[in-house]
Amino acid sequence: MEAIAFYTFSILITGLFLVTVFSRNILYAMSSLAAGMVLISGLFFIMRADFLGAVQLVVYSGAIMALYAFGMMFFDATRDVKEKNSSASSVFLLSGISAVILVAIFAAPAIGEHIKPLVTAAKGLDNTQAIGEILFTKYLIPFEVAAVMLLVAMVAGIVLASKKMDQSLSEIYQDADPENELKEQK
Amino acid sequence: MSGFIIATVIKAIVVLAIISALAGFGTYIERKILAFIQRRLGPMHVGPYGILQIAADGIKLFTKEDFIPSGANRLIFKIAPLITAATAFIALAAVPLLPEFHLFGITVRPIVADLNIGLLFVIAMMGVGLYGPLLAGMAQENKWGIIGSARTAIQFLSYEVVTGLSLLAPIMLVGSLSLIDFNNYQAGGIANWIVWKQPLAFILFLISGFAETNRTPFDLLENEAEIIAGYATEYSGMRWGMFFIGEYANMITIGFLASLVFLGGFNPLWIIPGAIAIVLKVSFFFFLMLWVRSAWPHIRPDQLMWLCWKVLMPLAVINILITGLVA
Repeated sequence: MEAIAFYTFSILITGLFLVTVFSRNILYAMSSLAAGMVLISGLFFIMRADFLGAVQLVVYSGAIMALYAFGMMFFDATRDVKEKNSSASSVFLLSGISAVILVAIFAAPAIGEHIKPLVTAAKGLDNTQAIGEILFTKYLIPFEVAAVMLLVAMVAGIVLASKKMDQSLSEIYQDADPENELKEQK
Repeated sequence: MSGFIIATVIKAIVVLAIISALAGFGTYIERKILAFIQRRLGPMHVGPYGILQIAADGIKLFTKEDFIPSGANRLIFKIAPLITAATAFIALAAVPLLPEFHLFGITVRPIVADLNIGLLFVIAMMGVGLYGPLLAGMAQENKWGIIGSARTAIQFLSYEVVTGLSLLAPIMLVGSLSLIDFNNYQAGGIANWIVWKQPLAFILFLISGFAETNRTPFDLLENEAEIIAGYATEYSGMRWGMFFIGEYANMITIGFLASLVFLGGFNPLWIIPGAIAIVLKVSFFFFLMLWVRSAWPHIRPDQLMWLCWKVLMPLAVINILITGLVA
């Protein structure tokens, strides 16, 4: 039962991500990436990691892909993209090598020695509680460091974006060079 | 195992049928209540008190020409309404709709999938629902559509933050993400309802619920006065109907969430049995959404963002802080 579900999900995810890579249409690439992200949460649900599955849905499908989509709105998404490939062979070689290296990195521990859990979850806790307990005891410092990094990134983002935030854009352009404005009007 | 599969399939079909029928009925109720509040009659001509207007609207929707504009991306244009409807119903799968009851000697638990993270799953699935309007707006070759999908992205993303943070305080009180645990926590009368302990969270959740279901003070995605119909500009017939069914299903889901998390869920209320109590509560929230629609004007997009990030989100964070200190 679980094997059938796993293979269905993996085939669908791989197929959708292949569409993302090979499609020349932004809209197809984006939709298939989003659909793949949704299906990845299915793998978490099969492994009874319900909390991580829902987090995958919220963070990757709900937030990150939606921001990609927001960026894509500045292009004409219904047209095909003309790709500029100066040398197809070097692109093929480089992407092939990086793909092989990535697979090797993730497959090596599984082949060399079977993955063992470093921490065994306390019995009688459900999935969410177990994650919370490990995060706030054994992995407290990495967790807090990640939180501080996110805070730094957020402050930096606000600083970069907030220049002249309380002025409207049209006022800024008018103040900046009124001569240009006049020329355009003429 | 096979019994479990059959039971789940039957439950899924029943929920799907009832909620889609309610969505159709909802349009009639909405028009009648709006008419009542605005001192009009509303639909009156088809059948007694216009009740058969639902059938007339349904026939019109089904028989309209299925139209895809020539510049649009056909595949995505066709998929987008399905995403809205499907995610709305998938979200409903993790919601316990009624208390347990007995039918032909079998104990029926009216929840399609009893996840122990039910609340998080519902929020996540409603969040994924933003792809419907988003892709619809981008797939059609129409500037109003693009504006509609840009507004979808900012509105849904921003208000998802408020929904999550406002629900976090009740989650801290109950100590579980299962909606059934929420219900059991509030057993034993009105005094035990979470709304008395978390009034601020309740109001924040309702406001962001209005934004997430695209209801009127916040229905900027398809604000007719400004951007024609936003993401749904090029849609007609049943494809447009799917967006509508999704929206009504989401309204019902928000009603169920608000009643389960804050208003005692399906616990028996005084002499009212639990099943009727929750139906009354959800009906009240449905009515509240229509009431607010008739009483409040649209707001501007910048006011929407101001409300979310400068008012609601700080309030939600302060609420969590106070809950953490007290509880």
